[in-house]
Amino acid sequence: MGNLAEFSLPVRMLLRAYRWRRIDPVPWAPLRKPLAESRIALVSSAGFIAPGQPSFDDSVRGGDVSFRDISSSTNVSTLVETHRSDSFDHGGLAGDPNVAFPIDRVRELAQRGRIGAVAPRHLSFMGSITAPGRLVRDTAPEAARRLVADGVDVALLVPV
Amino acid sequence: MCLVAAELERQGIATVAIVLLRAIAERVRPPRALCVPFRHGYPLDTAGDAVKQHAVIEAALRLLEDPTLTPPAVVDYQEGGSHPVPGR
Repeated sequence: MGNLAEFSLPVRMLLRAYRWRRIDPVPWAPLRKPLAESRIALVSSAGFIAPGQPSFDDSVRGGDVSFRDISSSTNVSTLVETHRSDSFDHGGLAGDPNVAFPIDRVRELAQRGRIGAVAPRHLSFMGSITAPGRLVRDTAPEAARRLVADGVDVALLVPV
Repeated sequence: MCLVAAELERQGIATVAIVLLRAIAERVRPPRALCVPFRHGYPLDTAGDAVKQHAVIEAALRLLEDPTLTPPAVVDYQEGGSHPVPGR
């Protein structure tokens, strides 16, 4: 299991003391159709940006809660990982963004017929959001509306 | 990620979230979570290894297909296993 021992003492103390938002009640959307007929989108919190997209704003107190649309046709090697944390090794992400944004893997699943289709866009957030109020109130609902508009059935969320 | 997952579910999209710290997932309570044993920065195991990445994704997809799960479903990934097992 990933564990807190990976982090420096100040980060461990922050993670232990932080007042995590408890989801209550827990919503539940059952799979409406077989995966082989479902459209899947990726949602990443690695702070990936595609060529030409604005960077996330590290100066925002509590974290930049905006997100970037990542086109399904994006060449994964062109994505730039910009996660602001220096508490983990970024080398894997730099060498293979699929390790946190597995667009090539999802395309392969569609080719095999394991999933029905790859969504036309995916979403990239910045992680380490310590003040998620605007994320919950504004950004996440807008993100969901976009995926609903795209006919997405399933989302795979990958942190970093 | 968990808070975004909850909003997606509220709007009818089934989700499964990869999670690196079970203790935090248990506190936040995402609808469906697969707890993986990898370092931060490597949520799908090994960079450049499509087979290992597919194994993690497949385990996540199976949570979506499991009719016995109830929310919040926080499940440990079993490396090399064909089926994830329910957590505590």
